[in-house]
Amino acid sequence: MDGHENWSFELGDERPDGGTLGRGDVCKREWKVMDWASIRGEFPILQQRVKGGRLIYLDNAATSQKPRAVIEAMSRYYECDNANVHRGMHELSGRATAAYEGAREKVARYLGAGSAEEIVFTRGTTEAINLVAQVFGAAFLQAGDVILLTEMEHHSNLVPWQLVAARCGARMKHIPVKDDGTLDLEVAAALFAEGGVKVAAFTHISNTLGTVNPVVELCRMAREAGAVSLVDGAQSAGHLRVDVRALGCDFYAFSGHKMCGPTGIGALYGRQEWLERMPPWHGGGEMISVVRLDGSEFKPPPMRFEAGTPNIGGAVGLGAAIDFIESIGREAIWEHDQVLTQHLLGRLGEVPGIRVLGQAVGVERGPVAAFTTAAAHPHDLVTFADERGLALRGGHHCNQPLMRRFKVPSTARASVYFYNTLDEVDEMIDIVQEAVRFFGGLD
Amino acid sequence: MNDELRELYQQVILDHSRKPRNFGELAPPCAHVHGDNPSCGDEVDLYVRFGEGGEINEIKFNGQGCAISQASASMMTQKVKGKGKPEAAAMVEDFRRVVMGDGEPVDVDRLGDLQLLEGVRKFPQRVKCAMLAWRALEQAMEEGE
Ligand SMILES: Cc1ncc(COP(=O)(O)O)c(C=O)c1O
Repeated sequence: MDGHENWSFELGDERPDGGTLGRGDVCKREWKVMDWASIRGEFPILQQRVKGGRLIYLDNAATSQKPRAVIEAMSRYYECDNANVHRGMHELSGRATAAYEGAREKVARYLGAGSAEEIVFTRGTTEAINLVAQVFGAAFLQAGDVILLTEMEHHSNLVPWQLVAARCGARMKHIPVKDDGTLDLEVAAALFAEGGVKVAAFTHISNTLGTVNPVVELCRMAREAGAVSLVDGAQSAGHLRVDVRALGCDFYAFSGHKMCGPTGIGALYGRQEWLERMPPWHGGGEMISVVRLDGSEFKPPPMRFEAGTPNIGGAVGLGAAIDFIESIGREAIWEHDQVLTQHLLGRLGEVPGIRVLGQAVGVERGPVAAFTTAAAHPHDLVTFADERGLALRGGHHCNQPLMRRFKVPSTARASVYFYNTLDEVDEMIDIVQEAVRFFGGLD
Repeated sequence: MNDELRELYQQVILDHSRKPRNFGELAPPCAHVHGDNPSCGDEVDLYVRFGEGGEINEIKFNGQGCAISQASASMMTQKVKGKGKPEAAAMVEDFRRVVMGDGEPVDVDRLGDLQLLEGVRKFPQRVKCAMLAWRALEQAMEEGE
């Protein structure tokens, strides 16, 4: 913060653009004034009316919206540079390859990876986890080995391991979730101490509870137990600074579509030492070096794990999403997340009969709130909200075991991103209050 | 609040969802079918005791879920009680037509209040909520006792 120690901003101060500073306008960690309103203006989809009202999009944990820069980068790629990668010797193929590999380098820098060779493009988090589960599982897991997960895993960090365990006879264990929505680390330590843990996989941020897990500590426990660690970064990659080497994980998986990028593209970071030891997954073009009728030789990672023509346009879009996020700054985004989330949780507290799952107070958390109300079932609430242009999610959020753990069949969920505003949160609360009155028979 | 919502959540429907009729269980012997919509967590346990001629002598349900699924189950139990299997099956088909907007029901009078659930057809994602108990009834009739 060189030279910025004495900066101070007050609510109501004049902003450089002539407006006045409101809550969430200042990024304290970087001492910069954030113009969130014009950042929001970069998202064409948000400027529309849906059904009865102005669109209020609060389903960001499911997928984020896309800024103009991403949409245009993809159009530009298809209008000017499209060709297959690594194959043709013509100009366009060279450009497409440069764009694709350039995106890989951006991802590597974004995650703090040692090199671009540690980044495998996938369809998203789910495919990245399946890649590790299947390839690592087939090569290194045996009957009786332990796969250690947590009770809060998204189905995509649970089901792939169940499939592998069923095939190789490995056992699955789960670190329990406490009532406040955090992991029970004492039990975690005990589970590691029981021995046999070969893989530990856990989410960085829960898509339902918002809990930020102590991944550094969990990765250290895994390392000390001789297990490899995989972090599900679906909910963290677009929100806070991730440095895979500081986390100490062996694998980190994320999806582009939850961080302003397109669907169908994401990546797996794998520590070089592990990727090199892993055999191929899918076979096909791109991943081979020499092919004979009776056998083939494979390329080194990351190409070994990218069979077939990849999602080149998607990778270009992901690269543009990374540039966009970096231009805002992940510190600023995370700080804004906290402002919006604290406001959301505070205002939800005013709703009669409300229950928010796993609300550890006074700690940083991912920008989601899953809740139930006594009067309105999540489904009815979500339908009611939708008629007003408010997009919430209702259901189990791909977290059925966690729903069982908290003894709720389903919840409504609001999840914010940096383009959401405090006003939108207030409008959401008004709509939720109305729904509660209506379904509770008070209207 | 707009008209579609008012139509979806009519007073009668809200009333059934808050105070479901025929709510509870039947002791065996009876047909028992569990129905759920895993994607949203709605659940219905349907208990049916058929008479000698296959008519629905007793019917109860237990469950949890949204207003639509619970009201539909509650209203269904009232309307199908005492009906023989062929007639109940015809009501299932008529009700399906009402909520899906898929053709005219054969006998509207027989459906009575159930027609109030017509508003569901404007909310395609909610059709499966309305149909949950009816699917369970179909299954119970196939399995008999
Ligand atoms: C925590 C978590 N893990 C994994 C996923 C799966 O991501 P995707 O569907 O993009 O593969 C999601 C999102 O749905 C998630 O929230």
